Amino acid sequence: MRYESPATTKEAVALLAKEKGAAFILAGGTDLLVRMKMGLAEPDLVVDIKRIPDMNTIKTTQTGFRIGAGVSGAQLTAHKAINKAWPGVVEATHLIGSDQIQGRCTMAGNLCNASPAADSVPAMIAAGAKAIVVGKGKRRTVPVEKIVTGPGKTSLKKGEVVEAITLPKPAKRTGDAYLRFTPRTEMDIAVVGVGISMTLERGVVKKARVCLGAVAPTAVLVPAAARALVGSKLDDAALNKLVAACAKACNPIDDKRGTAAYRTRVAGVLAKRAAKIAYKRAGGAA
Amino acid sequence: MSDAVLVSTKVNGDVVEFACPTDEVLMDSLRDRAGMNGVKEGCGTGDCGACSVTLDGQLVCSCLVLGVEANGREIGTVEGLTEDGKLHPLQEKFIEHAALQCGICTPGFLVAAKALLDNNANPTETEIRYALAGNLCRCTGYDKIVRAVQATAKDLRKSKKR
Repeated sequence: MRYESPATTKEAVALLAKEKGAAFILAGGTDLLVRMKMGLAEPDLVVDIKRIPDMNTIKTTQTGFRIGAGVSGAQLTAHKAINKAWPGVVEATHLIGSDQIQGRCTMAGNLCNASPAADSVPAMIAAGAKAIVVGKGKRRTVPVEKIVTGPGKTSLKKGEVVEAITLPKPAKRTGDAYLRFTPRTEMDIAVVGVGISMTLERGVVKKARVCLGAVAPTAVLVPAAARALVGSKLDDAALNKLVAACAKACNPIDDKRGTAAYRTRVAGVLAKRAAKIAYKRAGGAA
Repeated sequence: MSDAVLVSTKVNGDVVEFACPTDEVLMDSLRDRAGMNGVKEGCGTGDCGACSVTLDGQLVCSCLVLGVEANGREIGTVEGLTEDGKLHPLQEKFIEHAALQCGICTPGFLVAAKALLDNNANPTETEIRYALAGNLCRCTGYDKIVRAVQATAKDLRKSKKR
């Protein structure tokens, strides 16, 4: 196994594009090293991106935030402005593993590992996050919901690497929230996760995004659930429509963490609760 | 055969250099090449925290870091807690409160608890339990560990006031 720690994204892309064997990107390593230990990944080349300055920093831009792909959960949690702008995204990312894992894990890694139960992903999608994908000679900006195509699968092509995740600058009176259900409060994998963001005008929901995790092969953005909220002040009728839309969007599996029926039920319950938190954070009267 | 890379790192303040196979995890490098046997292997997959160390001051599981990643960085292990052969207050309180039995999780708990107290001098019980959620102990039932950390925090706050 060759280990490379390039200093620029360009070098990283060149290394990945050139490699004929199995090439892996090492961000936090909290998934890759487990897979290596279990024999599920046998890299010929590992490209460590954490020494690339552009991938290691959080930048505040005119349009929002640019979070490098190597930025750890701990770095994100310590960033005051992002906590204020997108608390749901920070909370979701903070749910990934223990403090030890937080010291290493990254949002981009959580995304590219492509687990249906990744905690940060529904929150990112609800917030309208985008991935900056760099390949040989070109760079594209892709909505986060277009990256994962199935369990363990992404739309990234050979030689492509996510350089950063961007979060928009939230419009005034915007709030977001992420809730997940797990049997244990820490160190567990989501049975269901729900990310919601919304923007209010005079207490009425003007815009919303609702994204479900762990209830389908990928995180699912549910426009019908968002429509249920728009135009409402989160009255019971709107919340009931939200629950129904979420249940309809669920396509879960039965496994040891929960049955499909249970997951479908819980998705609606969490969506309601997350919507109330996001509404309050957006300045709506609770 | 895996490639090997020369790694130059600092462990508890001392420069350590070794040839490191590229696929070796930091936990093994610390134990087998730097002689830091306080770093324990429990699960090897980041669930139990027995291999907890600090990497550039950040708490991590050394089983989820490659040894080669340590090049040019600074590592702290449980061996670095003692000063001039004197136990760290956390270690004393762990003994006083019988916060260990078999002891294999203890170095990881000590490193994680120190990381917590370095950032939060007065953690609540809930904060302590969350901060140590990544460390598993199958002997004590955790309560004595939580008490030992609370007692240490209290003593450290008192000694700072003086």
